Amino acid sequence: MTSRRTRPVVADPAPAGAATADGTRVAVTRWSRAATAATAVCVLVLAVLAALPYLAGTGVTQALVTLFLLVSMAALWNLLAGYAGMISFGQQAYLGIGAYVVWLVGKTGLTPFAGIAAGALACAVAAVPIFALLRPLTGGYFAVATWVVAESLFLYVTTALWLGGGTGVGLQQLSSMTPVVREAYTYWESLVLMAVIVAGVYLLVRSRFGLDSRAVHDEPAAAAAMGVEVGRTRWLAYMIAALGFGAVGGMLIVSTLYTDPASVFNVNYSADMLFMVVIGGIGTMEGPIIGAVIFFAVQQEFSAYGAWYLVAIGAVAIAVVLIAPGGLWGKAARRGWSLLPVGYRVRPRGVSPPGVPGRPGPPAPAGPAEAPGGGGGGD
Amino acid sequence: MTWVNDVVQGIFLGGAYALTAVGLSLMFGVMRLVNLAHGDLAVCGTYLATTVMAAFGVPLWVAMLIMVPLAFVLGMLLQVTLFDRALRTGPTAPLLVTFGLSVIIENLLLQVYSANTRGVLAGNLDVAVAHLGALVLPWLALLKLVLALVIIGGLSALLRLTAWGRRVRATSDDLAVARLQGIRVRPLFASVTGIAIAAAALAGTLNAVTTGVYPTLGALTLIFAFEAVIIGGLGSLWGTLLGGILLGVTQVVVSQVSVPYAILASQLLFLVVLAVRPYGLLGTPQAPQAPQPAG
Repeated sequence: MTSRRTRPVVADPAPAGAATADGTRVAVTRWSRAATAATAVCVLVLAVLAALPYLAGTGVTQALVTLFLLVSMAALWNLLAGYAGMISFGQQAYLGIGAYVVWLVGKTGLTPFAGIAAGALACAVAAVPIFALLRPLTGGYFAVATWVVAESLFLYVTTALWLGGGTGVGLQQLSSMTPVVREAYTYWESLVLMAVIVAGVYLLVRSRFGLDSRAVHDEPAAAAAMGVEVGRTRWLAYMIAALGFGAVGGMLIVSTLYTDPASVFNVNYSADMLFMVVIGGIGTMEGPIIGAVIFFAVQQEFSAYGAWYLVAIGAVAIAVVLIAPGGLWGKAARRGWSLLPVGYRVRPRGVSPPGVPGRPGPPAPAGPAEAPGGGGGGD
Repeated sequence: MTWVNDVVQGIFLGGAYALTAVGLSLMFGVMRLVNLAHGDLAVCGTYLATTVMAAFGVPLWVAMLIMVPLAFVLGMLLQVTLFDRALRTGPTAPLLVTFGLSVIIENLLLQVYSANTRGVLAGNLDVAVAHLGALVLPWLALLKLVLALVIIGGLSALLRLTAWGRRVRATSDDLAVARLQGIRVRPLFASVTGIAIAAAALAGTLNAVTTGVYPTLGALTLIFAFEAVIIGGLGSLWGTLLGGILLGVTQVVVSQVSVPYAILASQLLFLVVLAVRPYGLLGTPQAPQAPQPAG
């Protein structure tokens, strides 16, 4: 998808400079000092996290595995809902497929850690016919239909004795490993998975695909008229999400050593993803990560008091949708903050960024120059 | 003859599905709003009815006489406070808001009433049957089918014959033009949602007489209602009845062959209809319309 196909209308964004219609030279930037700093901090945090099994007990690492999986799910759900405009309440279908494929691979004697790749691939394969079925649907129609697909898989697995039926299946091979070693491997694998998913989604959203999908999300008809292949963009987003959710599902069974249809195919996963993404900021890179951390903290802190925390988070999510649709990071982005820039910043050449007076020219895009994703390079 | 009986039982079950789905169908038809909390609101009504029964020691039908108007008011309040605003915010907001509402309701019920299944006592209504030749006619199922027919017939008549119905149809066709004609859209939408939620609560309570009620029942309720609406065709109330009946007949007939696959079969029926005729049996092929903002 990164290939440089020429398109009739939307020219590929020029990396360094371009001219506007009236001939003014402008500079197009895609990176910033804040982004360099953010990336450096990310790498540092990852390095510390990677060393953690040597420093902290399994209580900490087990909790962090949950957090890593939440971040992964939020990033993937945001790719679908925030960027490609497909709200799905059925991604738990792929969590389930991933988990059960890991179990099947484990039965053959291969290590379940390798099974995760197989689970992800199986999901991508399963997603082909599922998306063919869902392709004509939009909006609420699409959202509930995905849920029905997940529910059908759930009903099938509860009746399928070869998959353990309703009682579920356990990963025996891993149970025989030394717990400390197993937990360290599980921790590292989920850390790598999260890093790959977040970085993958980020690179994807920065690519031509990102521009296309945001155009499709904002205005499908206009995007199609501009030469964006709407169906193809939606298809690719769905496939990549399926791949990612398959891997996360595989990690779920590896981390708990056990899965059953009622828990892995549970629509509550979709609810959690919605809450994390909406509260953090739908359609931003940073938002879902922040949302996942908040959700995780609230869950750790308050789940002992029952399901009240879900009631509260649900109420907050509704309030965010109705009052501040950008979520937490949306507020920050409006002030021009961007740690993981995905768009194109256009400013007249020679004019320095904030505050420094330069020669008169077309006004630099005020405020959220970043927000709509540039809307096409060099315009 | 047992096959005939199965089909008849399936039609009865379909009446129950249609009764649950009619509110969803109405709201979608008028506002293009997919209310994902529909099932949970139905379950909410059931809990309300059982609470009224327990608190005042009244029989089910009296409790329902109190509960259904309350559900109507609740629906109106939801429309005015949340749904209107969600419809105005954008195409994805109603989905996010109603799904969030559904999670809130489910977990509230879980905290207040625990996860246990509650029975809904209705005298011997749940076991009373009439025999017609070899056919077995359970009174409760018959009641639900008749209620579905009455409500759908009544709503169709209201929509067709009354001034309120004309306003609803005009708004459904074109909100902006309807407003230009002086139609006050917000009270109209509130009344529609009130009716939808009241019907859902009524249906949920009658269904719970046979199955009992538990907090997570709402999800499956919504899925079946949604399937009935889609199979029948978006925006067609009689289509919803047809969709419900097809779901019911499929489920009962398959359960004669294999009980575990009965519910799966009705889900597959939905997916097949989706693949072959995505606009439903009585629907007309047209581009999906955006949600209608009010206010």
